[in-house]
Amino acid sequence: MKIRQYLKIYSLFLNTSIASELEYKANVIIDFITAILSLVGSVFLLTIFFQNTDNIGGWNFEQALIIQGIYTILNGITNTWFNPNLTEIVKHIREGTLDFVLLKPLDSQFFISLNKIAPSGFLEIILGVSLLFYCLDINQININFGFLFLCLTTLFCSIVILYSLWFLISTTTIWFVKTWNATEVLRSFLYIGRFPLNSFSFSLRIFFSIFVPIAFITTIPSEVFLGIAKLWEILLEIFVAGIFFIVSRRFWLYALKYYTSASS
Amino acid sequence: MEENIIQVENLSKSFDVSSKEPGLKGTLKHFFKRETKSIEVIKNINFGIKKGEIVGFLGANGAGKTTILKMLCGLIYPSQGKLSVAGNLPYKRRSSFLKNITLIMGQKQQLIWDLPPIESFYLNAAIYDIEKIEAKKRIKKLSDMLEIEKELYIPVRKLSLGQRMKSELLAALIHNPNILFLDEPTLGLDINAQNNLRKFLQIYNKETDATICLTSHYMKDITSLCKRVICIHEGSLTYDGRLEKLLKKISPVKDILFICKTDKDAIELSNSGFIIKNQNQKEITITIKKESIKSTLKKILNKFEIEDLYINEPPVDEIIGNILVKEKV
Repeated sequence: MKIRQYLKIYSLFLNTSIASELEYKANVIIDFITAILSLVGSVFLLTIFFQNTDNIGGWNFEQALIIQGIYTILNGITNTWFNPNLTEIVKHIREGTLDFVLLKPLDSQFFISLNKIAPSGFLEIILGVSLLFYCLDINQININFGFLFLCLTTLFCSIVILYSLWFLISTTTIWFVKTWNATEVLRSFLYIGRFPLNSFSFSLRIFFSIFVPIAFITTIPSEVFLGIAKLWEILLEIFVAGIFFIVSRRFWLYALKYYTSASS
Repeated sequence: MEENIIQVENLSKSFDVSSKEPGLKGTLKHFFKRETKSIEVIKNINFGIKKGEIVGFLGANGAGKTTILKMLCGLIYPSQGKLSVAGNLPYKRRSSFLKNITLIMGQKQQLIWDLPPIESFYLNAAIYDIEKIEAKKRIKKLSDMLEIEKELYIPVRKLSLGQRMKSELLAALIHNPNILFLDEPTLGLDINAQNNLRKFLQIYNKETDATICLTSHYMKDITSLCKRVICIHEGSLTYDGRLEKLLKKISPVKDILFICKTDKDAIELSNSGFIIKNQNQKEITITIKKESIKSTLKKILNKFEIEDLYINEPPVDEIIGNILVKEKV
């Protein structure tokens, strides 16, 4: 279908979901406050870790802040897009409202992945970006086009991996009906992504790289930021993101054949 | 001969269903080793529907009406048989097919809960690739017909059930579909709202020549809209034909509730040899054959002092429960 039409539909998704959220002012304000407190708490935790040591897993405090910045951006994206939409899949399937989505002449994955937005997550994204700018300064990093391109590419791949993982788990709802717990586990894994991969034991590192690619999600973009990433790592992240996205897409289309629609 | 817009041949559908024994033991067994069995919910059904027809699907709860509708609109895959809707295989859900149909479910809603319905209408218009000016025209026309011009700008959560259902209809019809699938559209609505909805569907059908497939538990929905009905019992087709013929066959009686003026009248009436369905002090419900309603009423009204009376059609579920479940009509 035409990209222009999809953009138009997406702008309407944005309008309607922001309008829906703003219907509840207090909720938006509380979400904003939570975002700020969460970042302050995380930085405080990092300072405690670094109180008695100069580095953890080869990363000093200033460098570890980069991971925190990237984590904050990803968490913001999670709260803005993934959380309101992908947790709804479970509801759509349990209550049978997926029927309406499937009967629209529109890609169903596009519809259920993007039709809602929680504007409070924007603040986290802004906070994360600000933290990264601060890190540029304290780590004395020079910005150039190549640097920006690589940073954005790896960050984009991280978002794709996270989305695909989450979408894959939510899709299994078609068979298992209730998978809220599984997405919660994923969120906890993302929490682990706030710390450098090297700070974990070897076996955990393997686990977080191969089975749940959380390592790719924060560590590689951070290494790119510091200019210490190896080319193969970047290529591997792009490859992993591509594979995960294709698998999640195929899996969704396959799962729909088993959709039985909730009884009325 | 005019070709059928919906054609169904030897259609069957099976679902895997798991069962659980009661108690903790049953729960643990169900958790670790789930026993599933395949149940055939639709069995070898055949029918055809012509363009512009309004067809009612009748059947008790769990008979398979909704499953048939969902297969017709492409939501679930048939296990066996052939299915063609407007020349398409529904389950492929091609864009051209989806732009031609709509599904309205009385108990599920697609409108955005916190916003006025107009926002959902414009969103649907964009999804169906309808220009804003054209969408505005259609919203104006449909909201006039449905009499919900004022409600367009009130958040959905603040609308009454009737207003919400009308808005759901508008959202579902904005793309001018040729085939409407309605699954209990009047569920939970009051009498006025039900009548308005029926009137609207009649006009819509007349104006657009749209084909309508409808399931409902309200006999009135079926009698005022459908000339033809398809009866389903436990997944099998038991009747396909004109409604009048079916009604004559399966519902030759009416229930009339008489409210007697005095206890004496009530006692005498209950001992006059009529078929008493129910009695509650001065309120007596008598079952009367349709052909003798006039004469029986005359007799009763002349003989007893009656304060009030109500004539009831037996509910469709009851009719189906009594007759359709036992035999082929």
